[in-house]
Amino acid sequence: MGVGETAMTSSAVHERTARPAVTAATTRKRQVRALKLAVWVAGLAPLAWLLFRALTDDLGANPIEEITHRTGDWSLRILLAALAVTPLRRITGWNQVIQVRRLVGLFAFFWVCLHFLTYIVLDQFFGWSYIVEDVMERPYITAGFTAFVLLIPLAVTSTKGWIRRLGRRWTRLHKLVYAAGLLGVIHYLWITRADDRAPLVYGAILLVLLAFRVPWRRLRGRS
Amino acid sequence: MLMKKPDPIPSSEITPHALYVSRRKFLAGVAGLVGAAAVPGAVWAHGRRDGLPVQQAFQDATDELGDELTPWEDVTSYNNFYEFGTGKEDPARYAGEFRTRPWTVKIEGHVNKPGDYALDDLLRPHTIEDRIYRLRCVEAWSMVIPWRGFALADLIKRVEPTGSAKYVEFRTLLDPEQMPGQRRPILDWPYVEGLRMDEAMHPLTLLATGLYGRDLPNQNGAPLRLVVPWKYGFKSAKSIVSIRFVEEQPINSWQAANAREYGFYSNVNPEVDHPRWSQGRERRIGEFRRRPTLMFNGYADEVGHLYAGMDLAKRY
Repeated sequence: MGVGETAMTSSAVHERTARPAVTAATTRKRQVRALKLAVWVAGLAPLAWLLFRALTDDLGANPIEEITHRTGDWSLRILLAALAVTPLRRITGWNQVIQVRRLVGLFAFFWVCLHFLTYIVLDQFFGWSYIVEDVMERPYITAGFTAFVLLIPLAVTSTKGWIRRLGRRWTRLHKLVYAAGLLGVIHYLWITRADDRAPLVYGAILLVLLAFRVPWRRLRGRS
Repeated sequence: MLMKKPDPIPSSEITPHALYVSRRKFLAGVAGLVGAAAVPGAVWAHGRRDGLPVQQAFQDATDELGDELTPWEDVTSYNNFYEFGTGKEDPARYAGEFRTRPWTVKIEGHVNKPGDYALDDLLRPHTIEDRIYRLRCVEAWSMVIPWRGFALADLIKRVEPTGSAKYVEFRTLLDPEQMPGQRRPILDWPYVEGLRMDEAMHPLTLLATGLYGRDLPNQNGAPLRLVVPWKYGFKSAKSIVSIRFVEEQPINSWQAANAREYGFYSNVNPEVDHPRWSQGRERRIGEFRRRPTLMFNGYADEVGHLYAGMDLAKRY
């Protein structure tokens, strides 16, 4: 884990204080709190901006399309951010960052829900027959919808209770997020008409983040 | 407006207007999701749009089906004109400095009076008129636009195509310096479109020089563009520099890019879906609910005979 390591470094910094261990813990706690606040702000700021634009009629000629695109963008971005937490921690040794992984993941789910609701309410206005047809017959919607469905059990089991109850199975279950990420990028790729730069950039970032999950050392050892 | 319809579409087939909610109501709808604070914003925003002087002459104008015009601001800020970028706002953003004078249009191919025509010489003999057409994009949104221009047929008669001229091919300007979108191979530049001779000669087919009573804004395809209202929007080539009369069916740019998704004819047809999305309904810009798409974009009486006996699912 390396937690002890960090604690030692922190206490070294604070060695002149009377109770170095406690102070280090407090600092860490404060850091995590600041980090969480930052995630809340980052996760909600785009929504505030979108609402502000909606209220000032600044969403352009096709507001529903604009809301659909922006909620889709932020779904992917925040999902990638959630997937970046573990690599970031491994590269930098910044262990506190792991404490906001769940929050980032939940914000990703929050944006996917907004994106999905935009489609159901604003775009299709509960036209269930059209929605079912879309999900069954339009591959890009099938991909996006599947990603959304895959994220539901992850959001549900994100609580401490579920983590305890599921034990090692929890880790295995939450690997579904990789599939959701891939489906999200494919969803985007399949709806673009000619210019697929944006989905390819998302795809490239996703592949880099997924590459961190491959146990390269073990694979090399085997050959 | 210009076209008289012998038998209008029965009112039973037109979705009641009340079903379509205006932009104002859309914003109010968003307000419902967010809170009451939205209402003043929405009202203010709506007022801002109606006051544009450019729209005053067209205040009560509708198309022949009674549909309201799409506001000037939307017509000129939401464009697919990939030469200036693939975003809908890109053309309005990047076409401002585009030079549309001097402008030369090459008339070439199987024609008795070929040549390089200066735009003013090309336009001079023709009477420019206003025509209100629906525009249906292949992406399933639509507008109602008061174009200004003249029948392409009048120009074609003037330049006298020969018997070998079976199709007309249109080319957009190629100038990556002015058109930033052409610096990347999104499509095989320059943009090419084409019509069968009878489609080109059809009285609905317009060479447009303006909209809302003004010259064409650059982002809408200045100084000269095609408007073929019963076909998806991409058939209407913009900023035309060449009109060529040819014997073989041209390969239009979108067909070249993806033949499975885009054909030569590209007639608006709610029965034939795009491989990736439905063409059965469309969102009229400014409305909340999608509305059903009409066969040939509502011009079936005028153009249906051009395609009699053709399998429109195969010739899409």
